[in-house]
Amino acid sequence: MADKTTPTDAERQAYYDAQTANDPIISAEAYKTRSRRSALVGGVAALAGFGGWRWIQGQPEVDNIPQVLRNTHKFNEALWGNLHRDNHLAPTFAAPDSTPIRVNGRRGMEEEEIDLDAWRLRVIGPDGNQIGEHVMTDIEALPKVEWTVEHKCVEGWSHVITWGGTAFSNFAALYADQIGGSTDFVNFNTPDMGYPVSLDWASMMHPQTVLAYELNNERLNFDHGAPVRLATPLKYGIKQIKRIGTIEFSNTRGDDFWETRGYDWYSHL
Amino acid sequence: MTAIAEPPPNTEQPAKGPASPDSSGRVAIFKHSRASRWMHWINFPLLTIMIWSGLRIYWSDVRDPFGVGVGAWHWFDLLPDYVNEKLGLERRLARGLAFHFAFGWLFTINGVAYGLHLWRSKEWKHIAPERTSLKDSAQVMLYDATFGKFGRLPPQGRYNAAQRVSYSLIIFLGALVVLTGLAIYKPTQLSFLTASFGGYENARAIHFFTTMGFLLFFVVHIMQVLRAGWGNFASMVTGYELESKKEWQARIAMSRAEDAMEAELAEQANASTEEVSNNG
Repeated sequence: MADKTTPTDAERQAYYDAQTANDPIISAEAYKTRSRRSALVGGVAALAGFGGWRWIQGQPEVDNIPQVLRNTHKFNEALWGNLHRDNHLAPTFAAPDSTPIRVNGRRGMEEEEIDLDAWRLRVIGPDGNQIGEHVMTDIEALPKVEWTVEHKCVEGWSHVITWGGTAFSNFAALYADQIGGSTDFVNFNTPDMGYPVSLDWASMMHPQTVLAYELNNERLNFDHGAPVRLATPLKYGIKQIKRIGTIEFSNTRGDDFWETRGYDWYSHL
Repeated sequence: MTAIAEPPPNTEQPAKGPASPDSSGRVAIFKHSRASRWMHWINFPLLTIMIWSGLRIYWSDVRDPFGVGVGAWHWFDLLPDYVNEKLGLERRLARGLAFHFAFGWLFTINGVAYGLHLWRSKEWKHIAPERTSLKDSAQVMLYDATFGKFGRLPPQGRYNAAQRVSYSLIIFLGALVVLTGLAIYKPTQLSFLTASFGGYENARAIHFFTTMGFLLFFVVHIMQVLRAGWGNFASMVTGYELESKKEWQARIAMSRAEDAMEAELAEQANASTEEVSNNG
């Protein structure tokens, strides 16, 4: 007795035959012609692909990567920049990771420790002239915020950190009149001028972009950029400059340490 | 398998000339549409570049994040140092990122175009797994792995059951790798997407293991192509494969006859035991 629920192989083959009933069948002769034509088209396509690859590799390098790839970085910057929303917050977390935080970069901090009392934050206006100078208490006097966010490195690792400091927008507000409301860029550097970083205005005005002087509720140490550093979940760690020495409000994009070494200037998350 | 499915319309134009067999009785049977042939071969170098540049990003981290170990005790890395050094993958992070974020678009566009093609041409009906596909694919694998010594080929359409399952899986992995890629590319701007994968680190792990899935598929795929021979390989370029339709049908018929014989024997055996028990 045949099981009624299980179709026989013959029934099943009939089903598949119907599925492929319209599949064309050609003569062996026609197949030969077709093979020759396909091999030719395929060969040309393969050569074109290989040529494209060689073309990229042969491009003049712009800041350490082939020009066309620098252009795709700019294309991505335009695309994701347009999708930026001022009030969209990065995910926040209940508490920071308990594991020790990696110390990855000492660029611009060749001198391991500096005299914090002698430290001054210089502010430069769009015309290139100094428009202000601050001591640490000036920054501490601004409204304080805390954000527990995921800090991400271009290398792939991440770490949940609680940053304490003041939103950069609070600081920029001090200079609103002198800079005419806003500038296209904010350019940073360390006191020894060894780690220039520049960022777009929209990212700098984001509520989670802070001038941070606390890390996991403790005073920022020298390894992580004392006395004050930039922290933002909108950018990779390479943009979050430690030990800030100068802040320049500018309509010209300043130098960027890792951009000249092949990385994307925008480095937006 | 209750109803005979509507045959999907075929957009492929048959080459000119009558479908008369050659001196050895062969004709060429349609196998792959032009669109899937092109997109398959475009995908191959794109995926290679994505994996190559991805490994440059992966290895930029000093420790191997997907190795096995706890704290200071590190048992093994998934890809040992010397593999990365031999392949020239170490310490070229900026270049890896630049290639990855440029070619990622081409890979995505090709993948989306293929998805649209599958849908518009209804070609998905030839690839989507069916109720019997999992069971059938076990038989196909046994048959293929033993070069036809064991098992039999169940009835099939354009693709066999094992192909249906693995091709569908790889299309799914393709979508997954793009989505997890976007999730770790823009974890702030696309935070909803990142969250849907269980956060940044989880999305990153899924992205990585999906890639390992591609590599595994690649190994099996190449082995199968080698086993199936030149005619099958060429069909991915020409779209057609020379085949003796009679021979193929005979092969299927034979395995069916074997089945019928086995079934009959089993029934006889059943009947005799029943007789015995009745008598006893």
